[in-house]
Amino acid sequence: MADIPAEKPREAGAFARFWDSDFGWKFRHSPVALISFGVVVLLVFSAVFAPLIAPYDPFDPASLNLMNGFTAPMEPNAFTGDSFWLGTDDQGRDVFSTILYGMRISLFVGFAAVFLAMVLGVALGLIAGYRGGWTETIIMRVADVQLTFPAILVAMLIFGIAKGFTPVEYRDQMAIWVLIIAIGLSDWVQFARVVRGATLVEKNKDYVQAARLIGRSQFSIMLRHILPNVLSPVLVIATISLALAIIAEATLSFLGVGAPPTQPSLGTLIRIGQGFLFSGEWWILFFPAATLLALALSVNLLGDWLRDALNPRLK
Amino acid sequence: MLTFVLRRVFQSLIVLLVVGLVAFSMFRFVGDPIDNLLGQERTQADIERLRTQLGLDQPFVVQYWRFLEGAVQGNFGVSYRQGRPVAEIIAERLPATLELALVSGILAIGVGIALGVFTAIRRDGWMANTIMTVSLIGVSLPTFLIGILLIYIFSVELGWLPSFGRGEVVDLGWWTTGFLTPSGRQALILPAITLGLYQMTLIMRLVRSEMLEVLRQDYIRFARARGLRERTVNFRHALKNTLVPVITVTGLQLGSIIAFAIITETVFQWPGVGLLFINAIQFVDIPVMAAYLMLISVMFVGINLIVDLAYFAIDPRLRAENSGAK
Repeated sequence: MADIPAEKPREAGAFARFWDSDFGWKFRHSPVALISFGVVVLLVFSAVFAPLIAPYDPFDPASLNLMNGFTAPMEPNAFTGDSFWLGTDDQGRDVFSTILYGMRISLFVGFAAVFLAMVLGVALGLIAGYRGGWTETIIMRVADVQLTFPAILVAMLIFGIAKGFTPVEYRDQMAIWVLIIAIGLSDWVQFARVVRGATLVEKNKDYVQAARLIGRSQFSIMLRHILPNVLSPVLVIATISLALAIIAEATLSFLGVGAPPTQPSLGTLIRIGQGFLFSGEWWILFFPAATLLALALSVNLLGDWLRDALNPRLK
Repeated sequence: MLTFVLRRVFQSLIVLLVVGLVAFSMFRFVGDPIDNLLGQERTQADIERLRTQLGLDQPFVVQYWRFLEGAVQGNFGVSYRQGRPVAEIIAERLPATLELALVSGILAIGVGIALGVFTAIRRDGWMANTIMTVSLIGVSLPTFLIGILLIYIFSVELGWLPSFGRGEVVDLGWWTTGFLTPSGRQALILPAITLGLYQMTLIMRLVRSEMLEVLRQDYIRFARARGLRERTVNFRHALKNTLVPVITVTGLQLGSIIAFAIITETVFQWPGVGLLFINAIQFVDIPVMAAYLMLISVMFVGINLIVDLAYFAIDPRLRAENSGAK
């Protein structure tokens, strides 16, 4: 009995601490942050629970009826009388359902790519900053060379090379993972640069000297002592990178070098929809495009706000 | 001065060598070109013949040497997909991309600087505020969506401009141009706007913030006090002093224009090297990918080098720093 009340205030306290902190105050009083956060949460939620929300399973051939093809939004189909919120595509797939599943893939690729870039960039940045010497020179030179080229070009190239390594029969299945690696590898430089800079500052502080004096290994100093102190800019960059990664994924898929039609992301859906632009079936293009825009814009705004709120120096 | 220039040139050469190594490794290790060229129905004899024909039976060092030799002469082998020399295909496609990049570059610089100056001078006017808000949306829109939007408005709804291709082109022997025919010029409009828009907003925002910075300076106030005309103050005194950073950023953006042409060319089915590259990725046509990689790196590294040297020549402070310390 005595344990439960002791547990409770601490949980409430964590949320209240956030709510009463400077950060929480800024969050509550910024309409941009509240709205974009709301949109992001709504979109992520509907992507995660897509199988429960979507009225149809667009990838189950049994549920498709070709007669339902090209049904306009909110209008009953001329042959079957079925009605769809956002209409259907050429194969009779419900556009609303394909968007939910497509967003799932877009978000998964986005999050996974940023995670990969973050792990890689933070690790290399820590090592470069802490070790110095030729390790630092090599890492930062590679970063400089990569930074000469736009990230999207690097991602395309990595995608092409990785595709070459995949056996032909597995290419469609592997495309999503190849996409994650391509976007992740094209995006690590930002993380590495910021972490290296912060590490250079931190490594001369007293607490690092103290840790070194008591004989902690380089590895544990980097991971347990320096890393926690350089994380706040990493969070900001991760959010901004997420918006960029989502757009990069959509661009690659739109160009036909990303998610295949069997696993369509939002970009693939826009690519498919573009084919019906001239024949008047605007909804096949319009709704995926609008979803992508809402997603990218709200993540972007949230990232900008986070940057200003957490660390004005990064401006 | 000389050591700085030499060091920069040396660095650029290193970058090109690294990129060359990547390109060659692609040749050597990525996928099996035989798989890509021949379909499912193939005989062992077909495979052997093609292997010898493409030189894939030679040892690693020989292939590497051949690649280096070829690359310097602009020879990148035969496209796996089209069966023609890559250099020939690229030479055929390059004019389309360069013309598109040129027009969008001029558009981005001209309109970007003009709008930047305008929004800086009338910083609180409703017109300037509208432009700034619209530009914010322009930056967040992915390039391909801008292209599709333009096609929807001007090709589908209004039917004014063509939505794909280059129109009619005039063949000058070594160069094909769309500038000389009405359909060629019309076909250029939408892709050029799509490609230039992002760079235009960047340049505009940069010019605006630089102008606002300069307009606060004392010498501008003195110029006003001397009774110079507003136009003279804004353009002769203020704009001139904002141009150094603008030149740097603009130069670097020119490289991006060529890279982003890939997206625009795909949206508008513009027959340039970008579209060629995308098709090469789709079909894992390694020689074309490698050649494009080399081509674009030479452009990027060249532009970066020129911008660095120009910056160095313009800004005296940089010169002093470099000659002393390093």
